Amino acid sequence: MAKQILKVEHLEKSYRENHILHDINFSIDEGEVVALLGPSGSGKSTLIRCLNGLEPYQKGNVIFNGKPVVPTEKNWQKLRQQIGMVFQSYDLFPNLTVLDNILLGPVKVQHQSREAAKATAEKLLDQVGLREYENVYPRQLSGGQKQRIAIVRALALNPELMLFDEVTASLDPEMVRGVLNIISKLAQDSNMTMIVVTHEMNFAQQIADRVLFLEDGHILEQTDGTKFFVNPQTDRAKEFLESMDF
Amino acid sequence: MAHSGINVLFEGRNLVRLFGGLGTTIEIAAVALVLGLILGIVLGVLRTFPNRLLRLLLRLYLEFFRIVPTVVLLFLFYYILPRQLGVNMPANEVATLVFALWTAAEMSDIVRGALISVPKHQRESGLAIGLNRWQLYRYVLIPQAVSLELPATINLVTRVIKTTSLLMLISVMDVINVGQQVVEANNQKYPTGVFWVYGIIFIMYFVIDYPLSWWAKRMDKKRLERANG
Ligand SMILES: Nc1ncnc2c1ncn2[C@@H]1O[C@H](COP(=O)(O)OP(=O)(O)OP(=O)(O)O)[C@@H](O)[C@H]1O
Ligand SMILES: [Mg+2]
Repeated sequence: MAKQILKVEHLEKSYRENHILHDINFSIDEGEVVALLGPSGSGKSTLIRCLNGLEPYQKGNVIFNGKPVVPTEKNWQKLRQQIGMVFQSYDLFPNLTVLDNILLGPVKVQHQSREAAKATAEKLLDQVGLREYENVYPRQLSGGQKQRIAIVRALALNPELMLFDEVTASLDPEMVRGVLNIISKLAQDSNMTMIVVTHEMNFAQQIADRVLFLEDGHILEQTDGTKFFVNPQTDRAKEFLESMDF
Repeated sequence: MAHSGINVLFEGRNLVRLFGGLGTTIEIAAVALVLGLILGIVLGVLRTFPNRLLRLLLRLYLEFFRIVPTVVLLFLFYYILPRQLGVNMPANEVATLVFALWTAAEMSDIVRGALISVPKHQRESGLAIGLNRWQLYRYVLIPQAVSLELPATINLVTRVIKTTSLLMLISVMDVINVGQQVVEANNQKYPTGVFWVYGIIFIMYFVIDYPLSWWAKRMDKKRLERANG
């Protein structure tokens, strides 16, 4: 049986009075791709941000590699090297070149030598087809290019789990495919474990081993990817897929 | 016949004395600015931390130095505090201290403003690659804040330099004080000397402050152009 990377038990999250996530339970094995789907405002971003400690939660456990995370800032900070995250807004650091954006984590956080980190970075840049941009500043890149660099920046730390939160949602349509291809390749060729939030249903169907369908902060169903898109278990998921023109 | 007023400047050692006064002014301003700007950056960073008590204290510090006029601060530190606390500091040092503390207060607000206007996503992207708080400030937030805050900082510097003209009030031998003495000593011989003495002091301040404020304006304009383009 595959090794379990992450497990979430009875997670509860609220902002003040506002209860956002209710009794969230799921786990993800090594190499598995989970698509986290659901209508806008259902809590997808909130949930995924709880998984690398960017959001505090009130109850429940996150278990990473078999060990329950004691949710202190310090522990999360260490874990974030193993749990990479890419956001919707492509937020490279504008004060650093592409290469320095990528090297910041490996060199300053992981204390790799600059040479070793640079070799890794350049290999990754090659994979996303942006090697020749390593010395330019982010403002000189298109949105799609920035987002590809942001993915490389997260991968440079050699994480065990990647979290993607609607990484193509603010891109021009012609840029979307390139970014999605990189994520697919990451799943297929590198066997990366990942949780993907997306509004691109075709893409989700293509890569998801499993779908978590979230509504109003509840996981309504967890279904195999092949099954979910053809035959969702709940009426709500059926309506959701229809509303997405799928 | 009255002597031409301009000659007051070349009488005896008057010009040398005026430049000596200018030197004192510049020295006090420079030391106060260096200390004040550094302390201000530290306080500005601290003011973005979550600790409420710390933020409140630093806020009170800022408001105190902002509300109390600089003249009053100078008197307070020079005449009143020493008597109450039994410490005795030379006027130059008191002046440096007051200006440094004032600069730090204003700078802390500039730095804080710049830091909180760095987009939240930048902070989160930094955290997401495992940076700790110190690294986040060092590599992501402060470098971005610096370019936002530079014009305001230069404006602060020009303000501080201008305000050093109050130093004479606590009998620091700054350029204004020397100027006044020169005027008084030569009043008989050069009735119009006062214009020339203050004229040259005006030029001295202008030569120091104008390039700074020009630089600040130019930078602000460039930034606006970049933001709109
Ligand atoms: N910082 C916050 N403070 C208070 N409420 C918040 C905050 N962030 C999110 N929420 C609320 O939490 C709920 C879930 O938001 P979340 O962003 O997780 O949804 P989402 O599923 O990612 O939506 P979308 O598809 O639009 O990105 C929403 O009702 C939102 O209003
Ligand atoms: Mg979201």
